[in-house]
Amino acid sequence: MLNIPISSIVLVTGLLLILIGLWAMFVNKNIIRMIIGFSIIDTGIHMVMVALGYITGGTAPIFDDVVKVTDPNVNIVDPVPSALVLTAIVIGLGVTAIMLSYAVRIYNAKHSLSIDDCAEQKW
Amino acid sequence: MLKRLFMLIALALMAVLFYDIAGNYSERSELTGISKHYATEGASELGAANLVASVVITYRGLDTLGEVTVLFISAAGASLLLRRRRSSAEKDSGEDIEGGTPRQYAESSEIVQTTLSILFPIILLFGVYIFINGHLTPGGGFQGGAVIASALLFFILAKPNDSLSHALLMKVESLSGFTYVLLGLLGVFLAGGFLDNRVLPLGDFGSLFSAGLIPLINVLIGLKVGSELGSLLQKFKE
Repeated sequence: MLNIPISSIVLVTGLLLILIGLWAMFVNKNIIRMIIGFSIIDTGIHMVMVALGYITGGTAPIFDDVVKVTDPNVNIVDPVPSALVLTAIVIGLGVTAIMLSYAVRIYNAKHSLSIDDCAEQKW
Repeated sequence: MLKRLFMLIALALMAVLFYDIAGNYSERSELTGISKHYATEGASELGAANLVASVVITYRGLDTLGEVTVLFISAAGASLLLRRRRSSAEKDSGEDIEGGTPRQYAESSEIVQTTLSILFPIILLFGVYIFINGHLTPGGGFQGGAVIASALLFFILAKPNDSLSHALLMKVESLSGFTYVLLGLLGVFLAGGFLDNRVLPLGDFGSLFSAGLIPLINVLIGLKVGSELGSLLQKFKE
């Protein structure tokens, strides 16, 4: 068994997910699929952030019987990236909701979900 | 074809960049900077067992207020985009959709409806439990609000012809948002600054009524997020 630290597995998976999501956004013509690609990128970024906050042997930053307030030697993971990811998840949700409602509007106007039918802004 | 080539080049460049990041990454073995301060002083300063909650609600409280605002604006934007336009709908599709009565959906099966009547209060209670204990256990306002929104989604799925009361959701949402800002302003006068949680006594560490304002703000965020997501789901159904 190779000795790979768990956080680098999460980091590499997150970076791969970002690439897969970008590829999905580039290749697909369907607006819904592009939105799914965006969500995949979102998830990848969250994984990268969580991986960067990991401390070797760390546990959740919650004080209880294991992590004593008086004993600073027990490792806890960095609480700041966790808080940032919480913010990022909520904002990603909001952005996805807006994109989906635009998709609904485009479908109502053009009766098609293909990006090729939205030719007004094309250069 | 040229477009596809550019796409591949862009992806390859990103991949090189990411390879570099992943290759130079080494796991950290201790906290540094501000996180070290949070970890060593956070519990005694704010009295919350959950460090993430104290970072989200108090140390970075302004960010959270902004985040709640972003969620509110996105809900408002979605309802603006999804509003029914009576005049144009009547013009091109006749009166079958916009004939005064809402569209009728097929009733869901009896199994789903019975499950709803058993599970709906339990899911709501679970959401409330998550956001009330947000300063002690994993969880918090946003997570609890998402659980409540899932209960509302279940309601929409099981009873497609009944609709959630928009006025009530709006009232809950705006009232909790208003109280959130008010509690934040209270911190300016009674404690160290905007959104300081030490307005109320910190209480016993680890008990339910501790950590000053953090549980109250968690409850408000939970109600706000739950009602916001609920009205968003309702909009998407219509």
